[in-house]
Amino acid sequence: MIEVFHSEFMRNALLAGLLTSVACGIIGTLIVVNRIVFISGGIAHAAYGGIGLAFFLKIPPLAGAAGFALVIAMIMSGVTLNNKQRADTVVGVLWAVGMAMGIILIDLTSGYSVDLMSYLFGSILAVPRSDLFLMVLVDIGVLILVAAFYNGFLAMSFDEEFAKAMGVRVGVLYYILLGMIALSVIMLIRIVGLILVIALFTIPPFIAEKFCRSLKAMMVVSVFLNCLFSLVGLWFSYTLNLTSGATIIMVAATFFFASVIYERSRKYFMASSKSS
Amino acid sequence: MALAAIELNRVSFFYDNHPILTDVCMTVAERDFLAIIGPNGSGKTTLLKIVLGILKPGQGSVKVFGKTPSEAAGMLGYVPQDTGLNKDFPISVLDVALMGRLGHSGRGRRYTAEDREFARTALEKAGMWGYRDRLIGKLSGGQRQRVLIARALSAEPAILLMDEPTASVDAQFQTHLYDLLKELNSTITIIVVSHDMSVLSGYINSVACLNQTLFYHDGGEITDEMLHSAYQCPVDLIAHGGVPHRVLRKHDHEDS
Repeated sequence: MIEVFHSEFMRNALLAGLLTSVACGIIGTLIVVNRIVFISGGIAHAAYGGIGLAFFLKIPPLAGAAGFALVIAMIMSGVTLNNKQRADTVVGVLWAVGMAMGIILIDLTSGYSVDLMSYLFGSILAVPRSDLFLMVLVDIGVLILVAAFYNGFLAMSFDEEFAKAMGVRVGVLYYILLGMIALSVIMLIRIVGLILVIALFTIPPFIAEKFCRSLKAMMVVSVFLNCLFSLVGLWFSYTLNLTSGATIIMVAATFFFASVIYERSRKYFMASSKSS
Repeated sequence: MALAAIELNRVSFFYDNHPILTDVCMTVAERDFLAIIGPNGSGKTTLLKIVLGILKPGQGSVKVFGKTPSEAAGMLGYVPQDTGLNKDFPISVLDVALMGRLGHSGRGRRYTAEDREFARTALEKAGMWGYRDRLIGKLSGGQRQRVLIARALSAEPAILLMDEPTASVDAQFQTHLYDLLKELNSTITIIVVSHDMSVLSGYINSVACLNQTLFYHDGGEITDEMLHSAYQCPVDLIAHGGVPHRVLRKHDHEDS
């Protein structure tokens, strides 16, 4: 499969897949252990409003989406900080309002026919060099923040109330986390599009959680799995001529179901070997 | 006069406009061993969380050694009820115990050799050092409870707050725990929320009965008046030591 990557667009696609895997695996792990998958989905979809706004104001779409997603993330942080479980209605509303706003703003942008599909489902084969640079920046930012506040994030994820009692600034960490989710979402729009983002955030940590012994290990394994899914997905998409984002997701989903079946059968055989 | 360990002044707390605590005033002296008792839903856990700074009171003020709870974070140790924990979380026993050290570290600080030493001592006291590399999800309920106790002890707290610490541990460890608390009590203040009045009587030196508001009493005696005012009904008290089963008589008590 090496010759596949001789062309520049495939090389960029490959690099984009690997670069996004880093932030995606780390942030995805924090999303899964903090059980904020729904909130993350809300941020991802609401980001579409930012894309619409960017076209309307004629600024670079990803910059617009990033700014808008950050604002939405901060609003969601404020709304959900003290009741993550009960705030789901508000999250659902912001989710839909963001998307609706995006569509209307694009309607209002005269003379512009935007390829919506590429933002909704990704276009990894059209990643320009400048985007790769942005991905490196997001990766570095995420690595620095998570490394600096690792113990705080760990305590918050495991037992938020205890962390608070120990004086950990849980509120601040939560805002930082949702902000990082927003930026990672924007980065992933190129790869799988904002509708499929959630799968890449959640599937690798879900598989990793089953056999990892620490949060750190879970992050590393998730990054590795994300790389694997992007590579295999890209290869299938190239050889079978399928949409790249959807193919990557299907590869991830295959691993997801395989891990579930493996886990179930292992439990089943352990139970039956005990009883016999 | 020595600074009180904890001072609550007219604290009220509401959950969805429903009062949980009303006008609670409480002063806990340094090195007190206080038990807070009361029926389910009486606000015992809420009261602890307010002292710890996890919840902010709707009204009133909280002082811990004259500071706000968040300023006093490094002085507080907390053993929560086991029920809320995520048991699939990939974390070892040692890493959980280390979390008790967070109150002493600045944000983002790494754990030092000293922190590890405190965590080790705490796990040894709780009898869990041998399990330090186990995943928290692979432990029994009682073992997990011990780890949570170790986590609180590793903070080297000036005040230890425990919410039903003996709910799932066996009788042997329970006795061991109370002896340990008795020993710690020579230097630190301890507050225990418990249903387990029977064992408590032998260790505590004051009791507070809570039922939305506080019926606070100095002295370790649990009197039937106190129980009645908190529970609004006669309560069976199974005493520790000399009198094995003491059932309180029903008495006429007009509530004011």
